[in-house]
Amino acid sequence: MQTSQRAIEIAVGLFVAAGAAALFALALYVSNLTAFAGGERYTVIGHFQNIGGLREGAPIDMAGVQIGRVEAIELDKQTFEARVELSISADYDNLPSDTSAKILTSGLLGEQYIGMEPGGSPTTLQDGDELMLTQSALILEELIGQFLYDKASGGDE
Amino acid sequence: MPSSQDNGVLVDVRDLRVARGGRPIFDGVDIQIRRGEVTAVMGPSGTGKTTLLRLIGGQLKPDSGQVVVEGQSVPALSRSRLFRLRRRMGMLFQSGALFTDLTCFENVAFPLREHSGLPERLIRHLVRLKLEAVGLRGAAGLYPAELSGGMARRVALARAIAMDPKLMFYDEPFSGQDPISMGTLVQLIRQLNDALGLTSVVVSHDVKEVATIADRIYMLADGRVVESGTPAELQRSQSAWVRQFMDALPDGPVPFHYPAVSLADDLLGEDSA
Amino acid sequence: MLARIQDLGAATLTAIGRIGRSSLFLGRLLAGLPLLVKRPGLVIQQLYVIGVLSLVIISVSGVFVGMVLALQGYYTLVDFGAEQSVGTLVALSLTRELGPVVTALLFGGRAGSALTAEIGLMKATDQLSSMEMMAVDPERRVVAPRLLAGFIAMPLLAAIFILLGVGGGYVVATSMLGIDGGAYWSQMQANVSFSDDIANGVIKSLTFGFVATWIAVFEGYDCKPTSEGVSRATTRTVVHTSLAVLGLDFLLTALMFD
Repeated sequence: MQTSQRAIEIAVGLFVAAGAAALFALALYVSNLTAFAGGERYTVIGHFQNIGGLREGAPIDMAGVQIGRVEAIELDKQTFEARVELSISADYDNLPSDTSAKILTSGLLGEQYIGMEPGGSPTTLQDGDELMLTQSALILEELIGQFLYDKASGGDE
Repeated sequence: MPSSQDNGVLVDVRDLRVARGGRPIFDGVDIQIRRGEVTAVMGPSGTGKTTLLRLIGGQLKPDSGQVVVEGQSVPALSRSRLFRLRRRMGMLFQSGALFTDLTCFENVAFPLREHSGLPERLIRHLVRLKLEAVGLRGAAGLYPAELSGGMARRVALARAIAMDPKLMFYDEPFSGQDPISMGTLVQLIRQLNDALGLTSVVVSHDVKEVATIADRIYMLADGRVVESGTPAELQRSQSAWVRQFMDALPDGPVPFHYPAVSLADDLLGEDSA
Repeated sequence: MLARIQDLGAATLTAIGRIGRSSLFLGRLLAGLPLLVKRPGLVIQQLYVIGVLSLVIISVSGVFVGMVLALQGYYTLVDFGAEQSVGTLVALSLTRELGPVVTALLFGGRAGSALTAEIGLMKATDQLSSMEMMAVDPERRVVAPRLLAGFIAMPLLAAIFILLGVGGGYVVATSMLGIDGGAYWSQMQANVSFSDDIANGVIKSLTFGFVATWIAVFEGYDCKPTSEGVSRATTRTVVHTSLAVLGLDFLLTALMFD
């Protein structure tokens, strides 16, 4: 026998709802669209000598809590430094103006992200401000080069 | 406008030629179907009787020759004009061709729902009337798989007349039916034709049944019309084709043997090989 | 020798003819799609047949694929001390590849073959012809709603497949492999990008849904109207869908993930 039209419509309704919910859940729980998808944000700018493998969309942490994400990365044509736009949630609008940013790596081979450390200034960062203190990514090859150079020059003494 | 309108000819087929895979099926066929009559097209199997219906219905296009229905040349019609013409045609397929996933009721309601835009209540009434006309109102809730062959064909007939066509085609309506449902169908075709003022074309090879209902018979053989006339005229015809067909003789113009080299050559050839 | 060459030529001509016919067929169907706005009931009916009835096989496969991925991923990752990333591995494999591809292959086997058989049988039993004689265009009435329903159903099925796979992976990772549930999710969220991974997965499943349904309805509509013709067409649907999905998957992957 045929399933009644009503039952078919209910089943299709449930199916489409379940499919849409699954897509929604993928966006929210599986991907990093979770935080800061909407909501107010403000942007600050940081110049880095070398950003290593930092990508757009990388998380920005303070004390291990994600507070924003990297919005854009480009090369500054005057200084030949990397100019990184950091988009930070407006919930955290009281960061001291001398807050510093470091490019860190999660784990030995993990993704790179930006870690922020608060300073002590009474004034706060505003939209469009530039960060004073930045620390570039640790480049493994440069570290090894440095280490070998130090070893070599140390051996001379 | 062709002058065929005047003398009551609804379908005018002239010098029709169709070939399939290099083999000619029709080789200059002329058929005139008159308004209000039951016209039968007869002939041995494989003479393209069904193809003829598809040509008139516009499902196939002829290689040459004309097919004119109500003054319109069918092969030349645009798709939408053809569809408008088809709303005035009904066709009963040999298999019935009922939609297997719909009940009898829904099958008959199908063309009405697609075309009429009538309110549901009216459609229900109409469907019951059509099913009543073929005597199967009681079977409205059944699925085609639950029907006997004869009943399925009658439901298909109800569906074919649902839109009140002017022109009805019957493709082998009697084949594979038991005597009772054969008799029912014979009666239905004649009654519907007269009661609804239809024009009917029956394609068949059942000599006896056709003779009782047809006003005019066309005999097809070998790609052309070999004889035409009223059933009585055909009974008197001396044409070898007609005699073989009407009297069911095993040999005649349609040979008993499929064409081959002579038996003696065939046997001897094998021995010497 | 000459006969071989002739066979090759004939096969090529047949293939080209089929490609041409199926493209024209698709064009006519797409032209008829806007008319379906007036008849949503037809599409809903087909969503039921194509989508709802495929749910069980899609769900069960999704859970198992996710569980296997977690196990296999763990055994490999543990050698590098990176077993915390098993959530990332499961989610990325599913969203980028296995979700769209396996869903499309299952879809071809379950819904596609059923579509071909249904349309082929309607053709073999003159149902399509009789519809035409009732001045109803079977391409628009029968085929177009199925094409649209397949197009809608596939990304939804793929999303359900992926989500259940991630869930299956979670169960295996936490209960069998002793990975912390929080690490599973946080690692996954940190590394799965919506715009790259999930959006591209959706694009893939839309493409596959479209192609798989197109193949299925065309094979049904173009088959020889005999029982043998229908059964051959059904087989061809499964084979062609699988080949098309895998080939397109490579192409899309090469285009999307640079």
